[in-house]
Amino acid sequence: MSNTILDVKNLRTTFYTHMGEVQAVRGISFEVNQGDVLGIVGESGSGKSVTAMSIMGLVDEPGRVSGGSILFMGQELTKLSDAEMNEYRGKEISMIFQDPMTSLNPVYTIGNQLIEVIRRHTDLDKDQAHARAIELLQMVGIPEPEIRIKNYPHQFSGGMRQRAMIAMAISCSPKILIADEPTTALDVTIQAQILDLMVRLKNQLHSSIILITHDLGVVSEVCNKVNVMYGGMLMEKASVFELFDSPQHPYTLGLLKSIPRDVTGERKRLVPIEGTPPDLLKPPSGCPFSPRCPYAMGICVREAAPLYTLSDTHSASCWLHHKGAPVVEGFVQVEEESVHE
Amino acid sequence: MSDEKRTPLLSVRNLTKYFHTSTPTGPGIIAAVDGIDFDIYKGETFGLVGESGCGKTTTGRTIARLYTPTDGSILFDGVDLATLSQRELRPFRKRIQMIFQDPYASLNTRMTITDIVAEGMKVHNIASGDEMQERVYQMLERVGLKREHASRYPHEFSGGQRQRIGIARSLAVDPEMIICDEPISALDVSIQAQVVNMLEDLQKEYGLTYLFIAHDLSMVRHISDRIGVMYLGKMAEIAGSDELYMNPLHPYTKSLLSSIPIANPHKKVSDTRIMLKGDIGSPINPKPGCRFAPRCRYVQERCGFETPLLREIRPDHFCACHFCETIKD
Repeated sequence: MSNTILDVKNLRTTFYTHMGEVQAVRGISFEVNQGDVLGIVGESGSGKSVTAMSIMGLVDEPGRVSGGSILFMGQELTKLSDAEMNEYRGKEISMIFQDPMTSLNPVYTIGNQLIEVIRRHTDLDKDQAHARAIELLQMVGIPEPEIRIKNYPHQFSGGMRQRAMIAMAISCSPKILIADEPTTALDVTIQAQILDLMVRLKNQLHSSIILITHDLGVVSEVCNKVNVMYGGMLMEKASVFELFDSPQHPYTLGLLKSIPRDVTGERKRLVPIEGTPPDLLKPPSGCPFSPRCPYAMGICVREAAPLYTLSDTHSASCWLHHKGAPVVEGFVQVEEESVHE
Repeated sequence: MSDEKRTPLLSVRNLTKYFHTSTPTGPGIIAAVDGIDFDIYKGETFGLVGESGCGKTTTGRTIARLYTPTDGSILFDGVDLATLSQRELRPFRKRIQMIFQDPYASLNTRMTITDIVAEGMKVHNIASGDEMQERVYQMLERVGLKREHASRYPHEFSGGQRQRIGIARSLAVDPEMIICDEPISALDVSIQAQVVNMLEDLQKEYGLTYLFIAHDLSMVRHISDRIGVMYLGKMAEIAGSDELYMNPLHPYTKSLLSSIPIANPHKKVSDTRIMLKGDIGSPINPKPGCRFAPRCRYVQERCGFETPLLREIRPDHFCACHFCETIKD
């Protein structure tokens, strides 16, 4: 597709630890188009943050991208040196993190840090960069930016720090903004402000967002499509409506049943997913979800299912979609399988 | 509700906890909890919600007498815990137990699970020897762990399992009330439901009363019978949980509830959200007047100098706002 900004194919990221190989990401493929807000949902250890770090080229020793490709506007990112990657990082692709206090340097003012990013990636001189920094702080809704630019991070509240991080991230109008749990540390009224701001800036700058979160409420609020990850693999990818209206993977279904869905109406007992997430040092053979899956069959333990294409925007990695599988209510079976390489 | 349920097990009146701090202009006080009143009835779950810094955790810890209150009374089963000495408190430490947020920090890494679960029983002379060990096994099995886990150490368990150990530890002394301070916030989504269901089952089985402190508003509504909403050390509103979510009266509760993202893309809250301006204020040296006034869109002159009292607006629905009867959306 012509407006595909990011094309990830069969990405594998492995950490070679003393305890053994940890396959944090095990062959996932997805695309980000211009204007998308892609949610990546998963629990701790699902590989969602490692996916983001792989795209940013920030996977640290002992880990590295061990296979697959990441095409950004036609450019293969996995083959770039660190110096070459610096031309993309922070400029074309930028990232904001969960805890804005640890990602800001406490001994420099907000202005210093913002100007540093601007001057690193543009030809603006000091005064122009200063003016641009004030403009950016204004854009992210920080009142009195001329005064606040001289403040240190500790003089900002949590929500303000995240706004400052966003200002830094959008300073070069990136094509993609990767946000790793950007609102998890924030209160719900501040979370609403920050999500609103991110979506507004995305539209203003014609960019795309990859939003990594564990909160399905946040996903349904701002994303147009969703990847569900578990044990380093992609379980399901779908448009946000398909995912919530007709989940086609037992893990997704389990997640949706285990949270109180509606604020109004009858309170039902929650249906938890039994068991615990897999140990990635010793991942279960076959589908990583099979030990916890209420529908697990013999084949699930032997072999992970391919990604079955269910619609143009919906696919799921589960054997229940195979035409030979027992019919389970709610799960669609397909004639032809499509395996994303 | 039955008559038995209407007996308050805990009656908090004018509970106040100040901490001392220093500000650039001299010493100051942090009014973490600033004169709050509420009752918790026997066998119910009372949810306490609010944003960081609102005083909900301090409230829980003061009731458990981990802090000494600056003022006010904590009537538990007719006895005022606020004025008791440490020695006098001892029998109540058995009757009121606490479960903490961080299952990694709240278990001693050098103690085996048996030592952890049995410690309370030893302190309160509930059991010893084989009887105690047997009770540890029972408790572990009751919270979904196995006997053979008893000799292991905390680092061998996942977050969800550690929270179960914390629950077993509090159950072991046969408490009447458990203060749950963000018990599921640190857990993965699929594990949260396991713990919440277990807390509900244990409540039925042992007739427990819960004070459930959390910031996840949809989970609080799910588990609570009644809910109190705090803002900067003050109680803004108290009501039954369905009543609170259907008919919130306080402007803060209204915007708080409208900010919860709902896991349903057909009902985006951004369409109906009441966006709050600015950040939560500072609890240091609070001025008179309503704490929420700087962020309130219905603010009037009176709010700036007169602190609103918590009033019963409808039966069992309390709100601390001068104008909540007249505010229309």
